[in-house]
Amino acid sequence: MPRSLLAVVFILLVLHQDNWFWADETLVFGFMPIGLFYHACISVAAGATWLWAVKFCWPAELEKDTKGEPSA
Amino acid sequence: MTPFLIIIGYLGLLLVLGFFASRLFTGTKSDYQLASHSIGPFLLLMSIFGTTMTAFALVGSTGEAFKEGIGVYGMLASSSGIIHSLCFFVVGVKLWSLGRRHGYTTQIQFFRDRLDSDRIGLLLFPILVGLVIPYLLIGVIAAGGVVETMTSGAFPDFFEATKGGIPRNLGSLAICGVVLCYVFFGGMRGTAWANAFQTMVFMVLGIVAFGVIASRLGGEETLLANLQKLGEAIPKEKLTRVEMSKMKFFTYLLIPLSVGMFPHLFQHWLTAKSASSFKLPIVMHPIFIMIVWVPCVLIGVWATTGFVKIPPPVQANANIVLPFLVKVKAGPVLGGFLTAGILAAVMSSLDSQFLCLGTMFSTDIVSHYAGRERFTDRQNVFITRGFIIAIVAVTYACSLAQPKSVFTLGIWCFSGFASLFPLVFAAVYWRRLTKWGAYAGVLATISAWIYFFRAAEWGKNRSYTIDVAGYEVMPVAAIFLASLVAMVGVSLVTRPPKAATLAKFFD
Repeated sequence: MPRSLLAVVFILLVLHQDNWFWADETLVFGFMPIGLFYHACISVAAGATWLWAVKFCWPAELEKDTKGEPSA
Repeated sequence: MTPFLIIIGYLGLLLVLGFFASRLFTGTKSDYQLASHSIGPFLLLMSIFGTTMTAFALVGSTGEAFKEGIGVYGMLASSSGIIHSLCFFVVGVKLWSLGRRHGYTTQIQFFRDRLDSDRIGLLLFPILVGLVIPYLLIGVIAAGGVVETMTSGAFPDFFEATKGGIPRNLGSLAICGVVLCYVFFGGMRGTAWANAFQTMVFMVLGIVAFGVIASRLGGEETLLANLQKLGEAIPKEKLTRVEMSKMKFFTYLLIPLSVGMFPHLFQHWLTAKSASSFKLPIVMHPIFIMIVWVPCVLIGVWATTGFVKIPPPVQANANIVLPFLVKVKAGPVLGGFLTAGILAAVMSSLDSQFLCLGTMFSTDIVSHYAGRERFTDRQNVFITRGFIIAIVAVTYACSLAQPKSVFTLGIWCFSGFASLFPLVFAAVYWRRLTKWGAYAGVLATISAWIYFFRAAEWGKNRSYTIDVAGYEVMPVAAIFLASLVAMVGVSLVTRPPKAATLAKFFD
């Protein structure tokens, strides 16, 4: 796993702890508690991270390894 | 009566789907257990997502948000979006590759081979089965509760004690029976198809439920006006995480690692047609989690606003908050469809787990000890089916005890699997892992798990945490640490694996 991907995942996990909105009562768009909105954004960021990972960090050698060798 | 008829229609549809899947069944063991490695990206996404999102995700998340507030999303949903996909990327693809190369069907086959130890299978089999059964119970109990709540009033002459609703024991039995039928006949292909179909059903109907409940609770003209009215009425302790321990929230991060050790997910990974089939599930999994969890959490906190009166029996059993709101706010037709959506989420997990346990028994116990050539493919399929029936019966019998909280039961089950994660990770990436290290890790996990589960009064104390220097720590952190230290420590002081074994697994 490339270090750049490890670093991004680590940053996501740090951001996930979210001490900054812990007691914040703001409603985003007037209805969404900011603590929930922030974590929904974390989910979107996770999707974007994994999109980047499968495009640029994919272990292509695993495809070659198994071609034509199913045996179960 | 309308919801009852819609539920019956939906269950009938699933049986038809299982029947069609069985028409494509080639009769081989590989086809029954792994769908002949034919599952492409879309079906893999839907089946993996459907399998990981159970009653825990819909019914449990709403109930927990009702009790604890919005923090439940961060505790389990957004963390799962990061960590589940990480497990698929780091462990899933690699295990798929090793599985295809060496012909594995189950986790235990992999561990036996990688650790060069036959007995590791005997140690792991009861532990994995024992940890899957509570997971199964989550679904079976929740399904029974949903059916009872949604059919109340349908049969006043037959079921007076439940106000005319089909008693939860009967509802659970019906759900077990339907899942058993389509798994029995359709095998992994039927399971994957049913999962994909049911995942679409519960995602779409979940969004519909959200819109309908928002409109009926708020009573305003537009959806936005309703959302704003409900949002402003959420009590402060549910709107924020002021009553939640930061350390507890942090240590919850370990729970989603459980997917790396779920035996049923291992089996789903091996159904993939190619490594590339994993790309779509890895990317879309966090987004799908968000689509399902955000509405459920919002519905849970809205139930605390006073716009709807939650009767004491529902308050006492938060698992039925969602079905209760659907029942009183959605009307009979929509309520029936939404119930089908909830049951879809439940059944899309039960099927994989039943199939997986049957596969483990026939492969890791019967074929392994009787010899691979001892039974024909058809006999192996027969044995798999037989064990599936036995497991369904045991699960149903256990469900009659009616444990109280779906969420708490799930957390204990996930804690056990998460604490075994170091084992699978080391088996894939650490050459120095020895069989004695693996034994030590597994035994440390199960000993610590039993110790803390007992301390939590076998799950009755639902807010149980460990006090570490004044901080609330989830038991999973201690169990995980015990597992990791025992595995690494013992591996380092015992003889390294043979070169020939390592050559099989490392380039």
